[in-house]
Amino acid sequence: MSQDNSNLTVQDKVVASLKRRRRQEKLFRTLGLGSVILSLALVAILFINIFSKGVPAFWQTSMTVEVYFDPDVIRISEKPEQQPNETFEDFDERLLDWETQLGFVNFNRILSDSITPLLSDFERSQTRYVTQLVTSGERHALRDMVMEDPSIVGETRSLTLLTSADVDVWLKGNIDRSLPDDQLQLPAVVREWADELHANGHIQNRFSTALFMNPDSRSSLASAGLAGAFVGSFYMLLIVIFLAIPMGVAAAIYLEEFAPKNKLTDIIEVNINNLAAVPSIIFGLLGAAVFINWFKLPMSAPVVGGLVLSLMTLPTVIIATRATLRAIPPSIRAAALGLGASKTQTVFHHVLPLAIPGILTGSILGVAQALGETAPLLLIGMKSFVASIPQSPMDQATALPVQIYLWQGNELRNFFEARTSAAIIVLLMLMISLNSLAIWLRRKLEVRW
Amino acid sequence: MSNLTVIAVLLILMGLAYQLGTAKSSKQASRAARDKTTPSMHSRPHHHGALVAFWTVAPALLLVLLWSWFSPWMINQMLISQLPEPMASFSGSELEAVLRRVHNVAGNFVAAGVLADWEMQAAQYYQEMRALSQAIMVAAVSATAAAGLFLSYRQVNPQLRARNAMERVIKAVLIASSTVAILTTIGIVLSMVGETLRFFQFVSPMDFFFGTTWNPRFSTVGGGDQGEFGLLPLLVGTLLVASVALLVAIPLGLLTAIYLAEYAPSRLRSIAKPVIEILAGIPTIVYGFFALVTVGPFLASLGASVGLDIRATSALTAGVVMGIMIIPFISSLSDDILTQVPKALRDGSLGLGATKSETIRKVVLPAALPGISGAVLLAASRAVGETMIVVLAAGNSPVLTANPFEAVSTMTVTIVNQLTGDNDFSSPQSLVAFALGLTLFAITLVLNIIALLIVRKFREQYD
Repeated sequence: MSQDNSNLTVQDKVVASLKRRRRQEKLFRTLGLGSVILSLALVAILFINIFSKGVPAFWQTSMTVEVYFDPDVIRISEKPEQQPNETFEDFDERLLDWETQLGFVNFNRILSDSITPLLSDFERSQTRYVTQLVTSGERHALRDMVMEDPSIVGETRSLTLLTSADVDVWLKGNIDRSLPDDQLQLPAVVREWADELHANGHIQNRFSTALFMNPDSRSSLASAGLAGAFVGSFYMLLIVIFLAIPMGVAAAIYLEEFAPKNKLTDIIEVNINNLAAVPSIIFGLLGAAVFINWFKLPMSAPVVGGLVLSLMTLPTVIIATRATLRAIPPSIRAAALGLGASKTQTVFHHVLPLAIPGILTGSILGVAQALGETAPLLLIGMKSFVASIPQSPMDQATALPVQIYLWQGNELRNFFEARTSAAIIVLLMLMISLNSLAIWLRRKLEVRW
Repeated sequence: MSNLTVIAVLLILMGLAYQLGTAKSSKQASRAARDKTTPSMHSRPHHHGALVAFWTVAPALLLVLLWSWFSPWMINQMLISQLPEPMASFSGSELEAVLRRVHNVAGNFVAAGVLADWEMQAAQYYQEMRALSQAIMVAAVSATAAAGLFLSYRQVNPQLRARNAMERVIKAVLIASSTVAILTTIGIVLSMVGETLRFFQFVSPMDFFFGTTWNPRFSTVGGGDQGEFGLLPLLVGTLLVASVALLVAIPLGLLTAIYLAEYAPSRLRSIAKPVIEILAGIPTIVYGFFALVTVGPFLASLGASVGLDIRATSALTAGVVMGIMIIPFISSLSDDILTQVPKALRDGSLGLGATKSETIRKVVLPAALPGISGAVLLAASRAVGETMIVVLAAGNSPVLTANPFEAVSTMTVTIVNQLTGDNDFSSPQSLVAFALGLTLFAITLVLNIIALLIVRKFREQYD
């Protein structure tokens, strides 16, 4: 009887506490769901933020102008041709003289003469402002056109010229239009012209090929592009692909298939796992000390960057390959060995082909990680401005993430915030396509044991 | 003939040698098949081909590498002995400058007309020696390759165990590859210890590890005053940013992992998990930009609206964004660990009448605690070593403060700042980067190893 009683009280207690416990259960569950939603929302905010800033920068304002190559302004002699009895040195000398002559031509004048007819409200005294409409790189483009083909002097060509960065910012409304004059880069008259040309269709927003085709530029901000960074990143990834992947796969094969299991391989295992978690900046220090200071390789060259990124990617490739090899059932090995294959033949003819999907996936993920890495590259000198597309892996270069770092620091924030976001979108797109490739390969080639 | 051409020729030769070896052993094999008195082949023809190719190319390639390693040094030594006084008795950086000058003259990087006689002579001598060295190398490499081809080709016979020999070669290559990872670690430690010791010749370790002021003053050449290199402001800044990051990431990551592992329907799980893992794949420079342009101003205006003075670039900004970055490190690993906790533990608890959340809090989490703390330690190591977010968003102000709303500087930021432009590793200003790097490496090493051991132990416990 007494037992029944105490049971009742326990049951009472339980019943009494049930409400509180259910509430706690609900609260806990809501907290969990809330953090999942918050995490997902953070991903969304990050992407929406970057895309809303960056997507408009893929279009850039440019002006369609009938450019008259006025022979009165371009006063140059005829382009020299190599004479049959002339040595190459003499010809080169004359060509240099001619090019110097061309360099003195006032192409700003050509530009302003071609643009002024489009302006309804123009006085002679305002001539010096007209060229502020067009980015300064375009006059070099005009010069290069003449250098290429001197016969266009005296002719009129319809050209699409990039507007200057300030005009682009003004027309896209990336700056507060109500700011007082002294806080705006452009003089009032240029702003009016820009609005007028925009209204009557001479200035239009066009897809920016400059962003992809040009190298970085500091004198002509509107034509700064990612081409140099693309090539630099490409060289580095090539080095990573040809160095880190074969070496990582070979190391993983040895450790997983051949190495005896003892203290030493245990240390190697811990070492590789630790190496995968070492901060990337440490690899940059290694590169600066070993490759630059000791081997005397050139600074900020893709070859050094590629080597540093390879060392950084190596543990990732090793870990992925080992995991794949471990997942291949021992019966495959036993069957090959049983039929008389040697250990090497077993591994290379039977195990490795089956591991290829996993190795590919892991390697692509490693390469994608290397593509996005910035910090070690800064330490090997890749934080200087490079205005040309690198011709070889030994030249000075930047990489995509480094270019993003350099652009975000540019003083013309209104223009470069959008352009940096555009560069980030390009980088993210490349990484997403690499990752999707990895996922696709895994789905397509995956074998379940 | 440049080294690349030599290597290209060697590669062509390799193909040729393979064909020769294969052809000879095929002939022997068919003879053995026809004539029962000759012994049958031990190895297949392609093994023989590969072995011949290996002996033809490998020693020659090794010679090219060694030669291109030693010959510049040799040539410079000979060049120094040719230099007139006073250049010949120079040493150290002066001598290096002279040599660089001569190299530049020889490479036609210097405008003609302004050259001293000795420079012209030295440059000419240098060019001659280089041409000579190149010629000797080509000759030696050809001889080695020819000898290798001849000897190994003669060796091709039915008894030769070519396959075993090739397998030993392959194994050697595999072993060499797996030592690279170890060599990297050794390289990291050695290079940083070496440079750090050089740094300690300028600044005493006591002043470095316990100094409370960071003011490295980029001194002019030979300036006596070299500034103060106190680690503490940077260390505190690093820990401050990392703590903010962990305060953001641990609750979010852990609750996410718990919800996904224990509650979420499999459809939500299969979508949410990879989407959150995207956060781990985004380059850190992107987070840095996001922090600088969006999160910083947002936090500053948020602070202003409640009367707090929050700087746009501060430990808080960097920490919050870094926390977002490491959410997946905690959530993914914890998720794996939670799903490894045996179902029997859960069933036991549920069977005794505990609610699901009670089971998780009182049974599953304690069982998973070692593994989860391993995940947290790994995330902490990631946060301590993170660079680009703090470079852009922490404000770069190396003062000793515990206020997360103020701008701070961290060890990684300082490494990037100190190792600028010309990497002239002789001043304490640039050498300090290695001392900081070594400290950082030591901290992350300890965190990583503890974490790895914990996680591994945990796996064994329930395997």
